Amino acid sequence: MAEIRTEPVTINLGPQHPSTHGVFRLRVTFDGEEIIDVEPVFGYLHRGTEKLAESRSYVQIVTLTDRMDYTASMSNNLAYVRTVEKLSNIEVPERAQYIRVISAELQRIASHLMATGFLLNDLGALATPLVYCFREREKILDLFEMLCGARITLSYMRPGGVLQDAPEEFWPALETLVTELPHYLDELEKLITSNEIVLARTREVGILNDERAIDSGVSGPNLRAAGVKWDLRKADPYEIYDRVNFEVPIGALGDTYDRYYVRLLEMRESIKIISQCTKQISDGPIRTETPYFIRPKIGEAYSSVEGPKGELGFYMVSDGSIAPYRCKVRAPSFINLTPLREMLLSWKMGDLIIILGSVDIVLGEVDR
Amino acid sequence: MDLITSPGFINFHQIYDLTHKILTGLGVGSSAAWMSYLAACIAISFIIINVLIMSTAVYTWFERRVIGRFQVRRGPNRNGPFGILQPIADVIKLILKEDTIPSEADKPVFTLAPIVLLAPTLLTITVIPLGETSFLGSLNIGILFIVGVTSVNAIAIFMAGWGSRNKYAILGSMRGAAMLVSYEIPMALGITSVLLLSGSLAMTEIVKQQSIWFIAVMPMGFFVFMAAATAEMSRTPFDQIEAESELGSGYNTEYSGIKFAVLFLAEFMAPIITAAIVTTLFLGGTKGFDPIPGEIWFVIKMFIVIFVLLWFRATWPRLRVDQIMSFAWKPLFGLGIANIFLIALERQLLSDSAGNLSTENLIIMSVINWIITIGTLLIMANVLGRKKFERPKPVPSPLANMGGD
Repeated sequence: MAEIRTEPVTINLGPQHPSTHGVFRLRVTFDGEEIIDVEPVFGYLHRGTEKLAESRSYVQIVTLTDRMDYTASMSNNLAYVRTVEKLSNIEVPERAQYIRVISAELQRIASHLMATGFLLNDLGALATPLVYCFREREKILDLFEMLCGARITLSYMRPGGVLQDAPEEFWPALETLVTELPHYLDELEKLITSNEIVLARTREVGILNDERAIDSGVSGPNLRAAGVKWDLRKADPYEIYDRVNFEVPIGALGDTYDRYYVRLLEMRESIKIISQCTKQISDGPIRTETPYFIRPKIGEAYSSVEGPKGELGFYMVSDGSIAPYRCKVRAPSFINLTPLREMLLSWKMGDLIIILGSVDIVLGEVDR
Repeated sequence: MDLITSPGFINFHQIYDLTHKILTGLGVGSSAAWMSYLAACIAISFIIINVLIMSTAVYTWFERRVIGRFQVRRGPNRNGPFGILQPIADVIKLILKEDTIPSEADKPVFTLAPIVLLAPTLLTITVIPLGETSFLGSLNIGILFIVGVTSVNAIAIFMAGWGSRNKYAILGSMRGAAMLVSYEIPMALGITSVLLLSGSLAMTEIVKQQSIWFIAVMPMGFFVFMAAATAEMSRTPFDQIEAESELGSGYNTEYSGIKFAVLFLAEFMAPIITAAIVTTLFLGGTKGFDPIPGEIWFVIKMFIVIFVLLWFRATWPRLRVDQIMSFAWKPLFGLGIANIFLIALERQLLSDSAGNLSTENLIIMSVINWIITIGTLLIMANVLGRKKFERPKPVPSPLANMGGD
């Protein structure tokens, strides 16, 4: 009998594919169902954000940052305006800092809900958990609409503060959300956390250990899932994070399940932060008067915040004009993809999708 | 023709007799026999195809409404009352779409695949007793016919994937071929245990024997059959063939227009057929209490089964390829064999000299079987299976120090 011969098959996963979270492309070589080689290809959503920033004034750039990680505009805004404030030494009033932290934490919950929902969708759960997550995210978007009129591309923050004070009806609505959200998270956990199939699919799949994670510059929930207790909100407290109490949840193994579970725990911590902020916040101005065309002194600044996806940093160089000379973004989604190849090798087709889903990338930020 | 006996419901024999009477009345003479045979064939095909297509249309509406409720939304509600006309709109849309064939495709195989998939699905309904008898009267090898005919599915899905010459489609159909063939075995084992109890291959006879529904008599057989049947129609958690989030759409990636409509028709017929078979084999078929006729009982039970299948679909994620295969060959296969052994033993001990089981003995059997089933499942879950999941306590890595806590 002749020996049966098989040969590896190369498949272009994407850029048009339901589960690559946008227009990501993976050139994957399969031996049967097993992955033997992976080559990520990106740039399909490159819009030249960094170059565009060089011909815009500092306030106009806020709108560009919205369109990077479009699931977490608030965090992008925060990272950007903090860099501008550092560059031109602008003080931020206390009330504005509280509002910023509240909105950034709300955005973190929204982003994590989306990540969890899409991870479950990638697992093949026919959109039911996704819809549950989106139902909660919708309430957060409603709050954002009260704050600034927009829901996705918010442009709420300004160098020196925020666009406008939160309206009166915002606070009771926030109170309701904070009291009800834990209940809905419990509901979601009941559906997922101890589901036998989810456990079978995600446990010990796509392990990223702490050493490799640090070497690759991975940050955010992916890093914490690997057991590294590192959170910029604690390690380098910005805004008013040193005045609130919260835990930094970490994972045990660094597998896909841990990456999911750390996000769930972080959502609960965010709720804690928000409820503390609502108690501490006092009246006051919400914005330092700044000229519309900010002209920082010649110099450079780097500032980063703990975004939902990881360390989101902006590096800006000023030549004294109304537009930055250079604007460089440290995009967590992009850098978190560094160890992807090692995580995927020798796993199967179905695992590829969920590992990629658990890394939680947003292509707007990867390609910028 | 000897295989088919006992007329009743709208079936082949009635139509044959009717047309024969008319044709002889018209004075056709000796050709009346084959002409009425042909006429009966055409009439039966017409009825079956239309009944199934219409019920599939209702089913797609039902599925979308039910899953909509599961997902905290409304489902289709624009066309007609409660959106009941939605399937018609869908079909019109699908027919009007351009029907493309990829330039590299194997055209005959690509074109034949939807038909090959649809035909066996249509055939199975002929032997299912919707009332006293089925469309074909009563086929005395009914269940064997179903097992044989439905196994053609694997070829059809492989043809669709192979013919499209698309890598996703081939991956999907390769998975499909492996999975469908594997799950034939537990399904056949589940059916065998029913045959042991009923002592007949005829579907009508199986229904008649269920003085107590077989789901009560042998829950383990029901579990094995239900799991295998869910896999056979490739729904979650076994939807490897399509695996929307992995393979785009799996074996039907390249299909469009009316070919896609036919593929989907076959796919959405599968739950109806499965529900009908489950109802017949385990839920007492047309049996029920009196004011409501048997046909209505049958439909009610079918929709309960369909609802359960939709419940699976709306809740569970998908298993991985190797996990699916090991589920078929390890627990399911073992349970199937154990169940057959158990039923055979009990039948030998409890049946009278003529080999008949009385209702009292069936009750004794069901009590024993429930205890054994629950015990086995508990042992499998807690002792033989993987240890109960405990999240290991996370230890902060020594590689990073945040300061503070």
